[in-house]
Amino acid sequence: MTQPATAAHKEAPTSAAESAGDKESSRRPLGLRWDVRSLSLIGVLAVLVAVGGITAPDEFLATSNLQLVLTQASVIGVVTVGMTFVITSGGIDLSVGAIVALASVWATTVATQEFGFAGILFTAVIVGVGCGLVNGVLIAYGRMVPFIATLAMLASARGLALQITDGSTQIVTVESVLDLGARDAYILGIPPLVLIFAAVTVIGWLLLNHTTFGRRTVAVGGNAEAARLAGIDVRRQRLYLYLLSGLCCGIAAFMLIVLAGSGQNTNGNLYELDAIAAAIIGGTLLSGGRGTIIGSVLGVLVFTTITNIFALNNLETAVQQIAKGAIIVAAVLVQRRSLRGGDA
Amino acid sequence: MAPQPPLLTMSGITKSFPGVRALDGVDLEVQAGEVHCLLGQNGAGKSTLIKVLAGAHQPDGGEITWQGGPVSLGSPIAAMRLGIATIYQELDLIEGLSVAENVFLGHEPTSAGFVVRGSTARTATAELLRRLGHSEIDPARLVGDLSAAQQQIVSMARALSHEVRLIVMDEPSAALDPEEVDNLFRIVSDLTAAGVAVVYISHRLEEIRRIGDRVTVLKEGRSVAGGLPAESTPTHEVVALMTGRNVQYVFPERPETGFAAERDPVLRVEGLTRRGEFAPVDLELRPGEIVGLAGLVGSGRSEILETIYGARRPDGGRVLVDGAPLRPGSVRAAVRAGIGLAPEERKAQGLLMLESVSSNVSVSTLSRFARAGWIDRRAERAAAHRAVRELSLRPDNPDAAIRTLSGGNQQKAVLARWLLRGCKVLLLDEPTRGVDIGARAELYAVIRRLADEGLAVLLVSSEVPEVLGLADRVLVLREGSVVHTADARELDEHRVLDLVMEGSPTP
Repeated sequence: MTQPATAAHKEAPTSAAESAGDKESSRRPLGLRWDVRSLSLIGVLAVLVAVGGITAPDEFLATSNLQLVLTQASVIGVVTVGMTFVITSGGIDLSVGAIVALASVWATTVATQEFGFAGILFTAVIVGVGCGLVNGVLIAYGRMVPFIATLAMLASARGLALQITDGSTQIVTVESVLDLGARDAYILGIPPLVLIFAAVTVIGWLLLNHTTFGRRTVAVGGNAEAARLAGIDVRRQRLYLYLLSGLCCGIAAFMLIVLAGSGQNTNGNLYELDAIAAAIIGGTLLSGGRGTIIGSVLGVLVFTTITNIFALNNLETAVQQIAKGAIIVAAVLVQRRSLRGGDA
Repeated sequence: MAPQPPLLTMSGITKSFPGVRALDGVDLEVQAGEVHCLLGQNGAGKSTLIKVLAGAHQPDGGEITWQGGPVSLGSPIAAMRLGIATIYQELDLIEGLSVAENVFLGHEPTSAGFVVRGSTARTATAELLRRLGHSEIDPARLVGDLSAAQQQIVSMARALSHEVRLIVMDEPSAALDPEEVDNLFRIVSDLTAAGVAVVYISHRLEEIRRIGDRVTVLKEGRSVAGGLPAESTPTHEVVALMTGRNVQYVFPERPETGFAAERDPVLRVEGLTRRGEFAPVDLELRPGEIVGLAGLVGSGRSEILETIYGARRPDGGRVLVDGAPLRPGSVRAAVRAGIGLAPEERKAQGLLMLESVSSNVSVSTLSRFARAGWIDRRAERAAAHRAVRELSLRPDNPDAAIRTLSGGNQQKAVLARWLLRGCKVLLLDEPTRGVDIGARAELYAVIRRLADEGLAVLLVSSEVPEVLGLADRVLVLREGSVVHTADARELDEHRVLDLVMEGSPTP
């Protein structure tokens, strides 16, 4: 007869229900798991850079192109940081793209522009936070399903954005805003928008990993009832999370205004899908309870780099969309595989 | 004795949910430093009462006083501030957080009000775990990676991380092995020695006798007796209070011996094995026979059942039904050959909780009621009704929502499903878990009747008396190996426990 009991079994007999979930008692610290996921994304990024360097050697690695890639990643990146928090809490925010559009057109109306730089920045942020507040109240206190509440916000915010602009592009005339997007505003060769993105990332990372707010976000997403019984005000936490997502959208709207020098009702189109995809391939669980800011940022960089490589090689956007879809599937499959490998 | 006010008094507590009066006038009085046991069948209102005590439910009526003064427990935080901590039965931990993060969830040590001081939390958690005799649990480990017993310890550490005056423990021993239970009792006596009151809920009367001081009995949302002495109140009195009847374990009679032995085995398991879970197992199951697997949690009982059922892929060996081998690791093949499983986690693995009794019963037989994919709902309902009536499931209504049924009747719905399917072999994993004492006897009778009608039953249970009382033959498991096989009548509880524990390390 063989001796079937493993060492792990002897020191800690697991219940049948638990072993049914295939959870071994092997040591697997939190940080390591994320590192594996992040490392695989860094690998993908490295491959992409190599592909870019080979297919378009002169253009791709040029400083100006790298600055462009990072700038493009910045706007969607800020949105993704907010989205990561919402998804980690077990929610979803489908309205981010629409909020970016509404905030960008509201902040670029003639009336707003009279107040100059501060007026534009303030309006973009307040509109974002306001939409987040509506989402949060409906979800946390109105007990609406996040999918439905934010879907409704998606429709209404887009509609309102169209109503404000009547479909026209609102050109920004405030010099100080336009200057922020100009080359001579770069600090040590880094565009200011990229610095904003970096700041949001660092703050988001600290918030998720080192504060009670982050801890509670994970708890609500992992087991909302357990969080409630532990004394956490789950509803208020949910409200704050959608406010945070709205705030990120407001900041992203301002960045988009700087980048484009205008506000348009078509801004932020399909940002919700890009942000969700980036968060998921980064390793945040769609079902909540686990989230990673670094993974999300890497996810954004991967997508932006692909877009750039396709553009440099004059490939159609249709092909690019197909590639994106394939990458989402591949990334999730690879992560599933590597997780299972860790479990066995 | 000096008339010291009790630590906690609850009087006339009522609480209704839509359609249910969960608490209908409960009185409870707890003294500092005592172990006060709460007894009652499932549905008697124990869980609702402790949620009121934890501030998670607001009572509709009644009064609560704490150290002589009236209080209101408006939220979980309010209860914690008074020093009431609760260890829930359904482990209320967040799997994606570490041990220390779980212990201090909601009251993290912080700098500047919101920056978590992780190392402080880990140090304090390590200290709590050492007090609980489990310094081997690493505070930095993910809770999802711990065993059920270890998670129980983490729940306890969390309760103790507060300034605690009263701890509520809801069936804390349910997931534990005997040695772990001893450790639990040591912790409980340490707590009471320090003046902390413990409200202890358990189905196991012998535990209550060992550590309890006084007992309050709940029945149908009312307290029917309060403050009985735990040690000297006779069992039949307690059971009578809980049930209104005087029954405990009543097992149906076995049929004449030799009835099953003449028939060919319907299920044969040959050398079935899974590395790390159980060594090669051989067993034969004849129609009309009930075979029991006895063993501790983690001895491989459930794993064997699930492997026979095809839910786990074996590393070796095979399963034959009527002489024909099954495709390994395929539930579909097992079901098609006539094997049915009533899983251990009834709610999570067995039932569609949002559906009616009828849909739950017919789910494995749907194609029989369908023509070109279109379900004949009347035929479905009628067939489900017949199966349900045969098992005297209550209410006698196939349209009732399954979640409104008691544990025993939910289990009958699972059995009815396989009855309807006409299966030959029934695998029962802890069939009476969460089923109250009164309903158990009825479930035993149903299982025996199914066997008498020609079904072969393989039974797994943590309760040795249940295996011995119900089964014809018993296989005793220890650490994944069958160490003994015998006629159930030749074994008694002590002998089985000896076999199960033999050679197992003692702390």
